[in-house]
Amino acid sequence: MFKIVRKLSAKGIIGMNQRNIGYIGKYNSRKLYPLVDDKLKTKIIAEDAGITVPKLLGTIVYQFQNNERYLKKIIGNLSGFVIKPSKGSGGKGILVITRREGDIFFRPSGQPASFQDVIRHVSNTLSGLYSLGGKPDVAMVEALVEFDPVFDRYSFEGVPDIRMIVFKGYPVMGMLRCSTRASDGKANLHQGAVGVGLDIGTGTALNAVQFDKPIESHPDTKHNFKELAVPHWKTLLPLSASCYEITNLGYLGVDIVLDKKIGPMILELNARPGLAIQIANNCGLLPRLKKIEGMSNTKLSVEQRIEYAIREFSAG
Amino acid sequence: MSSKFQIGIFVVLLVALGLGLTIYKAAYLGFPLTPGEKQKIWAVEATIDFVADGDKPVKVSLSLPDIQDNYAMIDESSASPDYGASMAIIDGTRYAEWARREASGPQKLYYKLKFYYDSKIESDYNIYEKPTEKIKPYEFKGSKKLAAESLIKIVKERSADDVSFTSSLISLFNSDDPFQNVKMLLGERASFQTKIEMVTRILSLEEIPFQIIKGLYLKDGKRKQNLTSLLEVYDGKKWILFDVTTGRIDMPDNFVIWQRGGDSLFEVRGGHSSKIKFSVVENYVPAKQIAVLDRDATLLNFSLYILPSSEQNAFKSLLLIPIGALVVVFMRILVGLKTSGTFMPILIAVAFTQTKLLTGLIMFIVVVAIGLVIRSYLSRLNLLLVARISAVIIVVIGIMSTITILSYKLGLYNILSITFFPMIILSWTIERMSILWEEEGAKEVLLQGSGSLIVAVIAYLAMTNDLIQHITFNFPELYFVVLAIIIALGKYTGYRLFELRRFKSFTEED
Repeated sequence: MFKIVRKLSAKGIIGMNQRNIGYIGKYNSRKLYPLVDDKLKTKIIAEDAGITVPKLLGTIVYQFQNNERYLKKIIGNLSGFVIKPSKGSGGKGILVITRREGDIFFRPSGQPASFQDVIRHVSNTLSGLYSLGGKPDVAMVEALVEFDPVFDRYSFEGVPDIRMIVFKGYPVMGMLRCSTRASDGKANLHQGAVGVGLDIGTGTALNAVQFDKPIESHPDTKHNFKELAVPHWKTLLPLSASCYEITNLGYLGVDIVLDKKIGPMILELNARPGLAIQIANNCGLLPRLKKIEGMSNTKLSVEQRIEYAIREFSAG
Repeated sequence: MSSKFQIGIFVVLLVALGLGLTIYKAAYLGFPLTPGEKQKIWAVEATIDFVADGDKPVKVSLSLPDIQDNYAMIDESSASPDYGASMAIIDGTRYAEWARREASGPQKLYYKLKFYYDSKIESDYNIYEKPTEKIKPYEFKGSKKLAAESLIKIVKERSADDVSFTSSLISLFNSDDPFQNVKMLLGERASFQTKIEMVTRILSLEEIPFQIIKGLYLKDGKRKQNLTSLLEVYDGKKWILFDVTTGRIDMPDNFVIWQRGGDSLFEVRGGHSSKIKFSVVENYVPAKQIAVLDRDATLLNFSLYILPSSEQNAFKSLLLIPIGALVVVFMRILVGLKTSGTFMPILIAVAFTQTKLLTGLIMFIVVVAIGLVIRSYLSRLNLLLVARISAVIIVVIGIMSTITILSYKLGLYNILSITFFPMIILSWTIERMSILWEEEGAKEVLLQGSGSLIVAVIAYLAMTNDLIQHITFNFPELYFVVLAIIIALGKYTGYRLFELRRFKSFTEED
């Protein structure tokens, strides 16, 4: 057992306890949490800072607003949109509508939903069904992201997203999360999604894992991850790094999706990013975090930080 | 670094405080560290029976024992129904007094006292103390006077001083073939009482200073006995003890002195036909009770022992909660077990202590399983959160009462303890698990559910352990140590046990 412990710490693997005390507790001030736990707030500050996010169409705050007339005012004649709980966690309560025929909406799976169904979903959201701790919530209506089809070969049903760990404004590690049949179309690693470690310098795949075990190719589409490379990598890096400036959270998880037309956009920020990214990258976080912690010059621009990250953390 | 340093100091201080107080209590106040140590205690009960005259106030007083050599007295009580009871000290003698404004018919009063052996205890009685009263010679009449006088003559020939006089007198009284004079004085069947009477009367004729000591032999199961009398004779320097049936003796080990001197043992005013009986019962009590009842330490005046016993019992279970918390901290920080709700396992463990483990486990699983089924229907009704949780609470109460009634009908009485389960917690558990089921699937529910139950069972085992129960209640200051451990674990940055498996891929490749 002690041998395993020694081996893990030699590789700089961070455990939950160390993450909680050494990084989240130390660099993420509690009072900043609401900024990221409330997606509406995140979106507003991100938009103010000029960071690309899915467009906010409107919000439903009160039950009395939750009617067909008001919803119609928000969505206009758009055929696709997304309704999210503002304080949801783990992708709960997200209603995605990709197609519309008059007053009938269709989910990505083709399952139809009437106005009544949408209103019920919003009602659930407002009463706190999907929020942390069951607190009353606000429903956000967002423009539908038209996902870049580059990852279609690596995803089953759902859409992959990119998770970046940004430490004190430096992108230190990244991974692509691909949904699988086992994960039920969700991009959660512990539910069976595949995590693909990405090279910080280039955005190319390094290593892939499912259920914490290394794999070569996607279990459903059978495509080998070796050929995978994330496009728009050079825009994606500054985008994620600049989230530090808007949140001031030192240890931040940034979730990014690629839009067909707009390119990378920030979907969500996370003040308690998980540790599975280490397994996906087959690399411990600690050496990289220590390197940044040991830097004397702390006031660098986004560009300088990215330059540093590419120089120090790229495998290439 | 400074926060780590602060915590280090804090932890050291807490541990030092906790252990210091514990050692003080264990070493100086005699608190036993294990529950096993028991000490023998004799419970002595004096019962005064009398018939009240009626229409008159009743006042009864009983003289009480003073501090004894080798015996500690504890837990004295003189409460008797319908009587006002009080304690008084008159001329250095302690009395229990009972009073009642009006009484008629047979009356019964009780005085209870417990003794235990403690060689450190010494009475303040001084055997060198001079006799205060002059002995008045008893006036024998007729033939008894002659018999006594001739007996004194014989004894005097055989003795040199007061002590040897008493010794040979007693041996004459107890000889197998007694003199005619002795037979004459004692009568055909000499009782102990007449023996002591005659011995003291003859001593009084010689004006030898003596006193009667009344006391009890501490022997289990002695019921309805009288006090035993011993005789003390002053030899000019100190008091020498005699037993009128055997002669000169040392103070017997298991004898406690109830009364020294000749005053009446008890007195009843406003009543007649009074008698007093004593009974002795031996039992074994955890030594800590004695330590507690006995000591005068200031620390104890601010301890849990001053509380009434019902509150003490409440605290007994309250004080086990930190142990449960420690188990949760261990399992989550060091092992990495997932539980549904951080402290839900503690509350379940507390419920288990009432229901016993197996019944508790079965009931928990049954209630949660039925609850999950009903909750899945409720979720289809699409209710608002507060209404849904409230509905689940009512459903849980329904399930609990149904199970209770059914099992009562089936004769499974231990299921009745199901009411000890905290139903709000059960309802939240059902709610949380149901959401977990919908979002993460049944696997996660089983994982977190069994995690919670494992932690609950471990916490239960820790909380029901005799030693732990004993220590938590008797050494609550050890909570400083528990607090220190929890604070120290709060700074633990090492891996969790389960993470070693989670990060297995890093250790396997090479």
